[in-house]
Amino acid sequence: MKPAPFDYVGATSIDDAVAQLASGDATVIAGGQTLMPLLALRMSMPLTVVDINRVADLRGVSVSDQGVRIGAMTRQADLLTDAALAGALPPLVTAVRHVGHHQTRNRGTIGGSLVFAEPAAEMPATAVALGATLELRSAGGTRNVAAETFYLGPYMTDIVPDELLVAVTFPAWPRHARTVFREVAQRPGDFALVGLVGAVEIEGGAIARAGLAWFGMGPTPMRARQAESALVGRAPGDIRASEIAELAIADTDPFDDVHATAEYRREVGRRVFAQALTAALAQEGQA
Amino acid sequence: MSEHPIALTINGQAYTGRIEGRLTLADYLRVNAGYTGVHVGCEQGVCGACTVIVDGRAVRSCLMLAVQADGSEVRTVESLAAPDGTLHPVQQAMRDNFGLQCGFCTPGILMTMAVLHDRKEPAGEDEMIAAMSGHICRCTGYQGIRRAIRQLTGSAEPAQEGAH
Ligand code: FES
Ligand code: FES
Repeated sequence: MKPAPFDYVGATSIDDAVAQLASGDATVIAGGQTLMPLLALRMSMPLTVVDINRVADLRGVSVSDQGVRIGAMTRQADLLTDAALAGALPPLVTAVRHVGHHQTRNRGTIGGSLVFAEPAAEMPATAVALGATLELRSAGGTRNVAAETFYLGPYMTDIVPDELLVAVTFPAWPRHARTVFREVAQRPGDFALVGLVGAVEIEGGAIARAGLAWFGMGPTPMRARQAESALVGRAPGDIRASEIAELAIADTDPFDDVHATAEYRREVGRRVFAQALTAALAQEGQA
Repeated sequence: MSEHPIALTINGQAYTGRIEGRLTLADYLRVNAGYTGVHVGCEQGVCGACTVIVDGRAVRSCLMLAVQADGSEVRTVESLAAPDGTLHPVQQAMRDNFGLQCGFCTPGILMTMAVLHDRKEPAGEDEMIAAMSGHICRCTGYQGIRRAIRQLTGSAEPAQEGAH
């Protein structure tokens, strides 16, 4: 099908985009990899589509000692070729590799993926696991929301219609933090049946910090809080991965759908968690 | 509903026009510019048949508004073969290896292959095969396409006698 008629507005700046959003029934188009199908299927019929593709201030990655700030309009493909990002936040780069396909990553943006809030998508869970903060702008000002409180349900977030996601900021993780990542999907590029993402930091022979979240295992990204607390303070050699996996599964809320039952997801999740944790702890002192 | 002027380059030729905001790039290329090699299978970003190259990147043209291509350089499958009919290496590899049957998915697949093959450091077999996840082919069972990629990336035994 073809999209229903709408007014198209090419925003020239963040302020311009935000002013357009304040003026009524408007939707933002970033990479369009989710919005375009919704328009074509007429599941979305906005009066106005505000295009932020030409707003330079919404693009780019900056890495500092405090962490990593990524403009919402930064394309997924560009995150895969950013050398500074690869050094600073390997778990994010690993997760981006699993988002969609080569062709959709060439247009798709990190911001679009974050606000669409597909429960089985990689980016929201990565933001939750690594402790990211989302910067939302409206005509009324800026609001910073922790990723962990941003996701309310499937496709539902704390963002309101006149707000624009401007950037996502990840706190610094040391370069030697270990990446935890596993995704089980029917085909590459499909949404995950079960996914796990995060990082583990080891300092002086013990785990100093762990950030872990599931995707495809509940209505929102599910943070594995109990597993995180159980890991901190322990030496990698003393950890029984299957015990921690049990704690991690306790923090999920999977569902039955045509692809898999909740019980199947839990069972796969247990194994995936234990394997990913074991692999991360065995990594050689770096990512 | 708004109308917008656009100016872009398609296969090396300049185009200008006034279009509705809701027009997809796929429809602009097919209907307004006449490049019917752009195949539209699903119109919702699932099949990859509509893949074209925009500013050096393979993208789904049904997931882009035509107005967003203003100022861009677009390449469709019509640009691959030389004017004298000599096939582009990716076309030749697909032909040699029986990489198509009905041909509906083929223009999109060729554009992804071409962008990965023609870049400064051509993609290897694994990267190119991974990029094929963005295309659905209902005919071939993909084995001919895989063979074409192996031939193209030099990781392959050449096409077998009688494979045509
Ligand atoms: S027609 Fe564009 S992906 Fe199917
Ligand atoms: S050759 Fe028919 S769909 Fe691929």
